[in-house]
Amino acid sequence: MSQSISFKLNGEAVTVEVEGSESLLNVIRENLDKTGTKFGCGLGDCGACTVVINNEAIRSCMLAVETVKGQEILTIEDLESNGNLHPLQQAFIEIDALQCGFCTPGMIMNAYGLLLKNATPTRDEIIEEMEENLCRCGSYNRIIEAIQLAGKKMNSKI
Amino acid sequence: MKPDKIDEIYFSDVDNEPIQLDRRDFLKKLGGGIIVVFCLGKLSLLDGFAQNQKEDPSNFNAYLRIKEDGRVNCYIGKIEMGQGIYTSLAQVLADELQVSINVIDMVMGDTDLCPYDAGTWGSRTTRFSDPVLRAAAAEAREILLQLASEKLAVNTNELAIENGVIFVTNNTSKKITFAQITKGQRIVKTLTTKPEIKKSTDFKIIGQPIISMDAKAKVTGKAQYSGDIKLPQMVYAKVIRPTVYGSKKIAVDTAGLANFEGVTLINEGDLVAVVHSNLEVANSAARKVKVTWDAPKATSNTDTIFQYLEDNITDFKVFQEAGDLATGKQISKTIIEGKYLDGYKAHASMETHAATCYFEDDKLIIWASTQTPFGLRDQLANELKMPTEKVHVKQIFLGGGFGGKIYNQQAIEAAIIAKSCKKPVQLVWSRREEFMYDRFRPATVVNITSGVDNEGKLTLWEFDIYCAGTRGTSVFYGVENNRTRAFNQKNVKGDSHTSALNTSINPLGTGAWRAPGNNSTTFARESHIDVIAYKIGMDPLEFRLKNLNNKDMTATLNLAVEAFEWNRKKEEGHGYGIALGEDAGTCVAVIAEVFVDKLTGVVTPIKVVLAQDMGQVVNPHGATVQGEGGVTMGLGYALYEEVEFNGGKVNTRNFKNYQITKFSNTPKITCVFIDKMDAKPQGGGEPGIICVGGAIANAVFDACGARVNRMPITPKRILEAL
Repeated sequence: MSQSISFKLNGEAVTVEVEGSESLLNVIRENLDKTGTKFGCGLGDCGACTVVINNEAIRSCMLAVETVKGQEILTIEDLESNGNLHPLQQAFIEIDALQCGFCTPGMIMNAYGLLLKNATPTRDEIIEEMEENLCRCGSYNRIIEAIQLAGKKMNSKI
Repeated sequence: MKPDKIDEIYFSDVDNEPIQLDRRDFLKKLGGGIIVVFCLGKLSLLDGFAQNQKEDPSNFNAYLRIKEDGRVNCYIGKIEMGQGIYTSLAQVLADELQVSINVIDMVMGDTDLCPYDAGTWGSRTTRFSDPVLRAAAAEAREILLQLASEKLAVNTNELAIENGVIFVTNNTSKKITFAQITKGQRIVKTLTTKPEIKKSTDFKIIGQPIISMDAKAKVTGKAQYSGDIKLPQMVYAKVIRPTVYGSKKIAVDTAGLANFEGVTLINEGDLVAVVHSNLEVANSAARKVKVTWDAPKATSNTDTIFQYLEDNITDFKVFQEAGDLATGKQISKTIIEGKYLDGYKAHASMETHAATCYFEDDKLIIWASTQTPFGLRDQLANELKMPTEKVHVKQIFLGGGFGGKIYNQQAIEAAIIAKSCKKPVQLVWSRREEFMYDRFRPATVVNITSGVDNEGKLTLWEFDIYCAGTRGTSVFYGVENNRTRAFNQKNVKGDSHTSALNTSINPLGTGAWRAPGNNSTTFARESHIDVIAYKIGMDPLEFRLKNLNNKDMTATLNLAVEAFEWNRKKEEGHGYGIALGEDAGTCVAVIAEVFVDKLTGVVTPIKVVLAQDMGQVVNPHGATVQGEGGVTMGLGYALYEEVEFNGGKVNTRNFKNYQITKFSNTPKITCVFIDKMDAKPQGGGEPGIICVGGAIANAVFDACGARVNRMPITPKRILEAL
């Protein structure tokens, strides 16, 4: 049975008519046209689909959309504010922490969740938190560097 | 160019840009500005820009256009999959044209806008395309100077260019912009002769580290991949797959579809699929379609494949031969034999194969994750029996390729489905489909018989390769009596190192995987070199330096040794390992440091140095990123990756049972390059990966004494070898 499910996506209230069992990833990409969040494996193994829900980085491919009713979801499309890139986005560009770019939105959203919990993560803490995000092109070391740089920049602003 | 043809070239040393020209009506379509058309193959630097006698203005495969607004468009049939040519091509163009890199727009891999290109594979873009692009830019620069000289009424030798502005050198207020010059012009020129291109001392942008130009699109989620295209009335397709690779359809039972509204079944040959406007409905419906398959019988599995290959492939080709093997044996003091094995590997790009397409009247328009847009165009025309000009493959980013996206099965499936259901279609393979229909890096056996004399000089080298091709196997160690044989197809139906469905000795589809074959053969050779050195009690570095007969390789090794600090003290349980190799014109030396836990056999990569002689390094930053990527990806095949199968049944289905390198496995990586700014540029996308297996195998041995001759070098295999 179709049902109406409402939640906040990138600060805007949205309502979708769905069964409810659909994955949040598919709903974001198909119903809500936000294709920055990627499908990589569908099993939560790769992290390409990571979004931030109520300030926590979560795999959207494994989550039924009915479980996010009323919640606040942030995707890669809304990290910019007032036309300025988020420090994580800036750092990923500056360090060039990407190649094909397909894992990048998931990496950035996972790192966003990490920095909310821990503003000055050590290298080991970054590795632990980012471990299940996969990058086949092999940009891991640069991603770690970019997250540290973004953390520093964000702290210096506070 | 057909995938099979590409495979044939891709598994051997590609020394020339394969030329395949296409006469098309581009020039008529173009608007104003200054246009220089050129042919990449004929004018490659390798030929020293030899003047082409048969130049025909309709035969060209790239062009650049300086538009009336001063922006520069470069049209080239190559694609961007993370290797960074979107940036490095713009870089050489900007330098030669003396404009800011920011005014350049790369139009890549669009079959209606770009002239023919054989595909993006074999680390060829920088080697072959970029020198010619420079020459074309230089030609355009001369035209601009000529026009400026007319407009400013001075001689061209009194003019200089900076940032797209031409000015009189002794009166800089007298100037004119590229935009002003090109306004109202329509000049088309074919590059046929060697123009004056800049010397390395004059480079302003070439040789500078330039950050990826496409990074912003990628960090904002704006970069589009083939599965991100949304079309009105589009339906999602899900293909029903057998559990055994190579199965043929016997019957289809669609009774289970009765409960689904709006689902359309596609049943064409062995392709059975459903489409629906909702992806999840399509997926659910697909599970209800029951197909009876005729599955091929299993002849080998993950462990028996190697013996199976040796037993069944008896025909061979001698690739290289010198001296006399019997003499070699006689003069050898020590004869050492070795057998080296490498299992099937997946490309495992983060983006699974995807395609979105629609028909506009009788024209097919498609976005597909393909390394060969023009190859795909031809495949589609052939498959759907339509003229090639009725197929338009559009420009799109690829989420990784690594050789896996030259076959285009998913795009052909999407097009057949779209034709059948008469709606725009999107097909994105699941990870499981990816692990079934990936054309895997083939399982490989290398048998070596070697000999050394009293002095530690190699006296005999017999190298027999099963299913890895000959790319990078020309012997660069000085050994008079040698023979390299490639055991390949001929007595087997199909081709043994690259196989389409059901035509081969391989139970799985196989094909090109980043530096095809070279990872397996380099692992074998470099492991064996260390085995010999150990047997005769010589340091593996000293043994290599003593036997190398390629000066560039020796210099590259020395550079690696210096960067690695080879003589520094080893920590307890740590080991160092060297491997050398050659790929796409580049000399490669890798030195790895690992820690091996002798109780568990677990290997921790600590540090890897990659040294390359890749000729002129166009973008040192880009080359470094490619090197780091190659090393990181290489650690996966060396230590973790193996496709598990029994016959055509692939048991590896997702990343849970196919580990690739992760954050925690990534060591400190240092990339160093021989300084050769006046040399020709060589390949950079693939070479960095080839030595990782050998260097890790040798480092593991050095750390704990376990010689593992089969990749991946798993803890279990290490413990067995101890």
